[in-house]
Amino acid sequence: MNATGTKKLVADLRVADRVHAAFTAEPGEVLAVIGPNGAGKSSLLHALAGLVDVDGSAVLGGIDMLRTPVRERRVGLVFQGQLLFPHLSALDNVAFGRRARGEGRQAAEAVARDWLERFGIAELAGRKPRELSGGQAQRVAIARALATDPDVLLLDEPFTGLDVSVQMALRLELGRHLRDFPGIALLVTHDAIDALTLSDRVLVLDDGRVAQVGPPAEVAAEPRTRHVARLVGLNLVPDGDDLIAFTPDAVTVSLHEPEGSSRLRWQGPIATVAPHGDAVRLMVHASPDLLADLTPAAAAELGLVPGKEVWLSAKATAVSRYGAREGAAPTGR
Amino acid sequence: MVPAALAALLLLVPLVAMVASTSWTDLPGHLTSRVALDALRLSLVTSTIAIVFCLLLGLPLAWLLARVDFRGRGALRALVTVPLVLPPVVAGVALRSAFGRTGVIGEPLLDWTGFAFPFTTYGVVLAHVFVSMPFVVIAIEGALRSADPRYDEAAATLGATRWTTFRRVTVPLAMPGVIAGTVLGWARSLGELGATITFNGNYPGTTQTMPTLIYVARQSDQDAALSLSLVMLVVSIGVLAALRDHWLGTP
Repeated sequence: MNATGTKKLVADLRVADRVHAAFTAEPGEVLAVIGPNGAGKSSLLHALAGLVDVDGSAVLGGIDMLRTPVRERRVGLVFQGQLLFPHLSALDNVAFGRRARGEGRQAAEAVARDWLERFGIAELAGRKPRELSGGQAQRVAIARALATDPDVLLLDEPFTGLDVSVQMALRLELGRHLRDFPGIALLVTHDAIDALTLSDRVLVLDDGRVAQVGPPAEVAAEPRTRHVARLVGLNLVPDGDDLIAFTPDAVTVSLHEPEGSSRLRWQGPIATVAPHGDAVRLMVHASPDLLADLTPAAAAELGLVPGKEVWLSAKATAVSRYGAREGAAPTGR
Repeated sequence: MVPAALAALLLLVPLVAMVASTSWTDLPGHLTSRVALDALRLSLVTSTIAIVFCLLLGLPLAWLLARVDFRGRGALRALVTVPLVLPPVVAGVALRSAFGRTGVIGEPLLDWTGFAFPFTTYGVVLAHVFVSMPFVVIAIEGALRSADPRYDEAAATLGATRWTTFRRVTVPLAMPGVIAGTVLGWARSLGELGATITFNGNYPGTTQTMPTLIYVARQSDQDAALSLSLVMLVVSIGVLAALRDHWLGTP
């Protein structure tokens, strides 16, 4: 058996009709998996962990994980909602994996204690999960998965359900642990900031298929799915074989059809008007839905209220245009 | 209101009447008599051994019914509940047909080993296991069903075998049901009369349990029967109290 963290993962798997995803991941890499609800993110993780029926292959260091019994896969899954064993202390939860794999109580507990210490919660070792706060429980859950020295760490929305301040602290902490983690980490998230700050690459799932893979900055700048565009706060409009992405503040709002020759103009009723930082953000039911930011003064002057028909336009120089398919060359700006 | 009050009285009055008509002066003598002590000891021993067997065999069965999808699961579950509704005397007759000296299993068993269940303490235990098993299986199955099976999945991803998962996760999480089933099954076993007397007769020291003793004593010595019944009532209330604490407590 190779040492932890020297194995590349080459996966091409299908889960029923829901997921058909092919991707690779390098040792030490953090791959963020994003996509709308129902895109198959959790199914993908559960397939790798062996909890759902799956076809295809996921070759890790020459061995197909999918042909390996669940308990022999060197996979650590951090479940949504943690699923800490309620009858065991934090320490026993973290030691569980090593004990289950036949390690003696003392040795397993020493490793578990070490992990709790690394997460700064050593003093909580004796507590039952119901006596832990959300953030503490999530730390125990991640420690429990890491304590088995997995080759692949699977994190299923690790920050969901936590207070925003707790999320921020835990995000920084997890970032540190992920940097030290020699194996492959797959991080399912629906938060753009996780993908942007924690991952080396982003894998975008849409309707069970891989819609886009790339470094976070690239995916954020040139999203190929509406979901990602929304996550990073961009407008995304298909235009023939191209996609056009632009920021809401690049949009000009007017009550009448704008003059000039720009093709980048849309019409529709305002859906919502809400403050956004110093600006006012409109959501307009054009085709597709578009976001537009304008100053409060401008919004007041135009008398913008939900239901009002408006025209939106964008300058060609303020948008980025790229091929709709992976690898397709942009057709110019 | 009236039917409800009637129902409550119907349940309460016989118990109060029994306590009221107990002869307190004779009570110590009745309870310390050789026969009574033998019967009480036998009842406690056989019920306890029976419940251990019920757990050893019933836990896996409950797990199978709760967690594994297989053909005939519904039929198996129905089968488990049969002893609940079967008249105990019929259970005794059925046990006789299977384990009696000429029974389907009993005869070859006798030929091979020279051992036969009927009219022995082993036979008492066997009858108790038969009637108590449903309580154990049904209570535990219910607890297993309400426990989140994703804990088992979590254990599997951490490298636990099915057995380790069962031992360290599934059963501890189902513990309230295990305890309830154990107590109910034990109490059912302690009160067993019909199947035991039909299958094993009524021999002091070997097959005469408290209920059979009470049944026999009642025909000759009403006061002794009352005293012995009082013991059973106390045990029953004790069981109820124990169960209540466990039902209200958290695992």
